[in-house]
Amino acid sequence: MSVDANFAFLDEGSKREIRRAALKAVAIPGYQVPFASREMPIARGWGTGGLQLTLALIGRDDVLKVIDQGSDESVNAVNIKALVQATTGVATCEDTGEATLVQSRHRIPERPLRRNQILVLQVPIPEPLRRVEPRESVTKRLHAEADYAGAYLQLFERIVRHGDASAGADHPVRVDGRYVMAPSPVPRFDNPKLHRAEALVLLGAGREKKIYAVPPHTDVASLAFDDHPFRVEDVAGRACAACGATGVFLDEVEGDDGTATFLCNDTAECRARRVGAAPSGGGP
Amino acid sequence: MGYVAVKGGRDAIVASQARLTYERLAEGRVLDVADVRAGLRGAIDQVMSEASLYDEDVAALALKQAEGSPEEAVFLLRAFRSTLPRLHHTRTADTRPMHVERRISATFKDVPGGQLLGASYDYVHRLLDPDLRFETDADARAWLARWRAEAEAAASAVGTPEGGDAEAGEGPDGASDALPKVLDYLRTEGLMEARADDDRAPGDVTKAALSFPAGRSRRLQVLTRGQTGVVTALGYASLRGFGPMLHPTVGELRVGRQPLSVPDPDAVADQIDDPEEDHYLGTVRLTEVETVVPVAVSAAGPQDAERTALGFDLGYGACFGRNETKAIAMSLLDQTLEHPDPRAPTHDEEFVLLHVDAVEASGFISHLKLPHYVTFQSELDAVRRTRAAALGGAGDADDAGVAGDAPDAPTDGEGTP
Repeated sequence: MSVDANFAFLDEGSKREIRRAALKAVAIPGYQVPFASREMPIARGWGTGGLQLTLALIGRDDVLKVIDQGSDESVNAVNIKALVQATTGVATCEDTGEATLVQSRHRIPERPLRRNQILVLQVPIPEPLRRVEPRESVTKRLHAEADYAGAYLQLFERIVRHGDASAGADHPVRVDGRYVMAPSPVPRFDNPKLHRAEALVLLGAGREKKIYAVPPHTDVASLAFDDHPFRVEDVAGRACAACGATGVFLDEVEGDDGTATFLCNDTAECRARRVGAAPSGGGP
Repeated sequence: MGYVAVKGGRDAIVASQARLTYERLAEGRVLDVADVRAGLRGAIDQVMSEASLYDEDVAALALKQAEGSPEEAVFLLRAFRSTLPRLHHTRTADTRPMHVERRISATFKDVPGGQLLGASYDYVHRLLDPDLRFETDADARAWLARWRAEAEAAASAVGTPEGGDAEAGEGPDGASDALPKVLDYLRTEGLMEARADDDRAPGDVTKAALSFPAGRSRRLQVLTRGQTGVVTALGYASLRGFGPMLHPTVGELRVGRQPLSVPDPDAVADQIDDPEEDHYLGTVRLTEVETVVPVAVSAAGPQDAERTALGFDLGYGACFGRNETKAIAMSLLDQTLEHPDPRAPTHDEEFVLLHVDAVEASGFISHLKLPHYVTFQSELDAVRRTRAAALGGAGDADDAGVAGDAPDAPTDGEGTP
């Protein structure tokens, strides 16, 4: 039993398979490439898709940042980072600017990513049409025929029932004018950060066995109607109680007196702002 | 400050891990892995089957580490499996030469080669045995010495089995080699379709994502890796009538040691297919089930196209270890999935194959324990906005005049007082 025999846990053949799938994903922006997802030492649904991408991509000179729900210190982020570090020995960091590889669950960092960085997003439900159609064989055909009526119908139903088209987090996007894609469950706030980003964004769904990608400088448009435009979460009039930032995604924190205060969700950026070392917040 | 409690994760994790170790060791005693291997054979067989990794020592270690939880043990074994390169495929194995320890048929009272009960819980009363609390290793050795002496005495009384059936010789452990398949009898009678062997290279669900229709080789792999309880439950559902299914019968169930070999890599490279050059790997204990399912077949003859005759269909199940309920349930599902029917979930390939895996199911269910405050914050925002609009005045121009219901609000049923 030699669990630690391989660099980056997986055997080389597995890593090569995952890289091939990632290359195909880059070549067809937004298309969900099936891949032979391995069972990992963390649970399916806890980020195994992202982890497999990270392990397949990482090299000895990389600097890794892992965040979960905006925080480097969240249990899942700490666990994933510890696993990657134990099997590779690479350097890790919390500063978004220092990282070459960022694995994330649910957030795109506030600081805009650069061209020599890769963002890996963990995806629980890669299929944007799943709520419309439970069958994989059918959704695959709908994508092939670019039949996204169901996705628009869902938004339309929301408008009829609730007066608002926004679909919470994971609001579907159309990539490069072709495939409609689930942007992982990032909040709507982060959707615009995908549009013509400098960095490569790879999305990995381990349990559902799919890899897809948004290559740099690619058009990404959130689905919307002309008379019901896409809107991000409303953060106007709120500021971080710790660093004072505005225009960033905030966590609502209930204080002991029952009132709500707000703190930066991106804890690394918040800390950097407090010590005065960061560029200004990167909200849209 | 409830939400922020999840931060500062490192110290909390270390403490949680220490607590887990404490609870495993709290009684001041540890399990010997060899004891797990010797005494928890059912658990070992179950986790080897679900992990699709045949290694009794590693399975015993996983069970010790998982404190006996099959879910966790399978998880550990599957993760371990991901560290192993996959270098060879075994040659398609015919189970006729299997070294059979147990073999029963529910279709025929007397089958060629005979019924061989072997070891089974089927024939014992399930009464707790309080004496087992006081059993010692010395008792075990004494029992074994008696058993061997009796077996030798019986063998010398009967004489060596050299004059017996040449193709079904009985070994000293009571097992038989090369028993004929019970269902071959039905096939020669023409009651069951004799299909040609399909020796095309099977798909490998561990090396490629499932697509649908999955094809039979992939279906069988997913089912044999499936969680014992889930495969059993779905097989039970089909048996109880959630699906247009008649009563199936176990044609043959056999448990035994199956020899396996891999083709010689050099011969493969030279595209030579010569079983003589194969490398013998050893044996794995298998449970194999062939179930007979009565089905309506097509018209009895060209003179009467309206008539349908009855015939028998085959359901097949096989899994590592002695794992009989699961193998039978698997054979039921193999048959149902060969006959898709959208009205019945057990006849629906996607429904069955995408939900039987223990690692996938427990992983996604347990992820609900992770914090979700980003997505929930987003949800909260949407809920507040729609409620504000519905309650009047707070909505913006887009929302004006739209009487939004609260999302998924329960409506009063007619019977509500």
